[in-house]
Amino acid sequence: MKFITVSGPPSSGKTAVILQVIKAMQQRSIGVGVVKFDCLATDDDVLYARHGVPVRKGLAGPLCPDHFFVSNVEECLEWGHSQKLDVLISESAGLCNRCSPHIEGITAVCVIDNLSGIGTPKKIGPMLKTADVVVITKGDIVSQAEREVFASRVVQVNPSALTMHINGITGQGAYELSTVFYAAPETDNLQGFSLRYSMPAALCSYCLGEKRIGKQYQMGNVRKIQLGKEEGPKP
Amino acid sequence: MKQAELFTTPLNQLCAQMPELSDFFTSFGLEVTQYAGDVDNLLASLSATQIEHLGMTQAQLRTALQDYVTGIEALDADDSRVRSIRILPGRDKNGHAEAFELELVPGQIVSIVGPTGSGKSRLLADIEWVAQGDTPTGRHILLNGAQPDPKWRFSTRHKLVAQLSQNMNFVMDLTVEEFIRVHGESRFVPDLEQKIEQVQDLANALAGEPFAPTTHITALSGGQSRALMIADIAILSSSPVVLIDEIENAGIERKKALELLVQKEKIVLIATHDPILALLGEKRLVISNGGIKQVINTSAAERANLIELERMDRFMMELRQRIRNGETLEQL
Repeated sequence: MKFITVSGPPSSGKTAVILQVIKAMQQRSIGVGVVKFDCLATDDDVLYARHGVPVRKGLAGPLCPDHFFVSNVEECLEWGHSQKLDVLISESAGLCNRCSPHIEGITAVCVIDNLSGIGTPKKIGPMLKTADVVVITKGDIVSQAEREVFASRVVQVNPSALTMHINGITGQGAYELSTVFYAAPETDNLQGFSLRYSMPAALCSYCLGEKRIGKQYQMGNVRKIQLGKEEGPKP
Repeated sequence: MKQAELFTTPLNQLCAQMPELSDFFTSFGLEVTQYAGDVDNLLASLSATQIEHLGMTQAQLRTALQDYVTGIEALDADDSRVRSIRILPGRDKNGHAEAFELELVPGQIVSIVGPTGSGKSRLLADIEWVAQGDTPTGRHILLNGAQPDPKWRFSTRHKLVAQLSQNMNFVMDLTVEEFIRVHGESRFVPDLEQKIEQVQDLANALAGEPFAPTTHITALSGGQSRALMIADIAILSSSPVVLIDEIENAGIERKKALELLVQKEKIVLIATHDPILALLGEKRLVISNGGIKQVINTSAAERANLIELERMDRFMMELRQRIRNGETLEQL
């Protein structure tokens, strides 16, 4: 089975892109399933099911969605095998821009949209910077020049990736993307695999449910802004 | 530039040789134009916070830097000029072979016609993805008579097709001049100041109502936006093919716009059902059921009729103008 991780900021068009890719694969009788990771609620599983796609959802609730992802990803692969899928796609929202569900040796896709502004690519962390494929959506709403500028900003922070423009509504480019997905390596399980980048660090009193504000309640991994001096990463 | 030089030259010298490099480092939160050490010195000197700002490991950044430089150097390669695009026949949705082999050359206008869902978008996608028998139509695309380099498919900086989409608005909040500059910089365009002026002048020549370089692009009218988009594609975009999805008759000289693109040695493809635009093309590809069903060369009789159609078009424009001026149309 081939396994692909798809991530991207909220509302960037991940589900629409994946559905278009799946349509292109279903026409070639390739069996594709999806595991959708989200925080609080999602109806996307219904949307997938409506298109005849085997789907499971996982809601992280109060946990960091990426920690939740990596703690469950092996079981997701087992589920994919049990469904006799040819391709399993995981979809997870990058909520803090510091997220990175990408795994070494597993095709990693980041979906980002033209409307998010040209400053956005450099604000997104490893989710974008370590991806193998960057999918840019909503290109039909902006001009050619804006598409080119946005794509060049993406190339600036991730020159190694294959960057593709996909229209999630019409499916333009989705067939091509489906061939890239299908070229992913066969992966039986994730034993011995590791993440491409460490996940957001945590473990402070607030992780454990603390709600009160004040120094005396802050314990564990706590970092303070240095408001006194200018912050700037200059070597 | 040799691999070794990239990692052993002090960054301040490197950035002087290749100004694009400072943009690369800036996007990772690093200012290096004054830095006298080399890349590895820099990576070794980063604090924990700075490493966190990178959003990738130092080793990943090293690889990214190599790929970035390789990408920029590929821009100057001389095989980037497209002198012809040949479309070898594939098959339609029922698997029947297409009967036409086509060659598109710079300076040509070709119209693409056919009902919605007939396969117009698929044909354009085949060109954009430089199909090699690996799309649903089985078509092959040859560039300059040969099998194309994979960069045409995979490199963002070598896109075959620039698309003038139907939307008429910009979303960036910049002035006209800033907008052209940002676009030119992102494409590493030489002689940028001169090009900025050229784009502005051409856009103003195409738009009915002129606009100043200090105008915000979001405040332009539909016609002005269109004019700027076309002038920008003509001067700054490197893609050899321009795809136009209809041009509305919205305060812009459509014929002049097409002439401009043709002069700039673009291959212009227009998906249109507008009789004037269709006849401006030297041929029309008729698409049906996923395949090219017919190629109609614009005949001498059609060209003669185009003159009549343009007269009718001008007449309608005059009537519009009279309505705008508050006149009546009791006498045509």
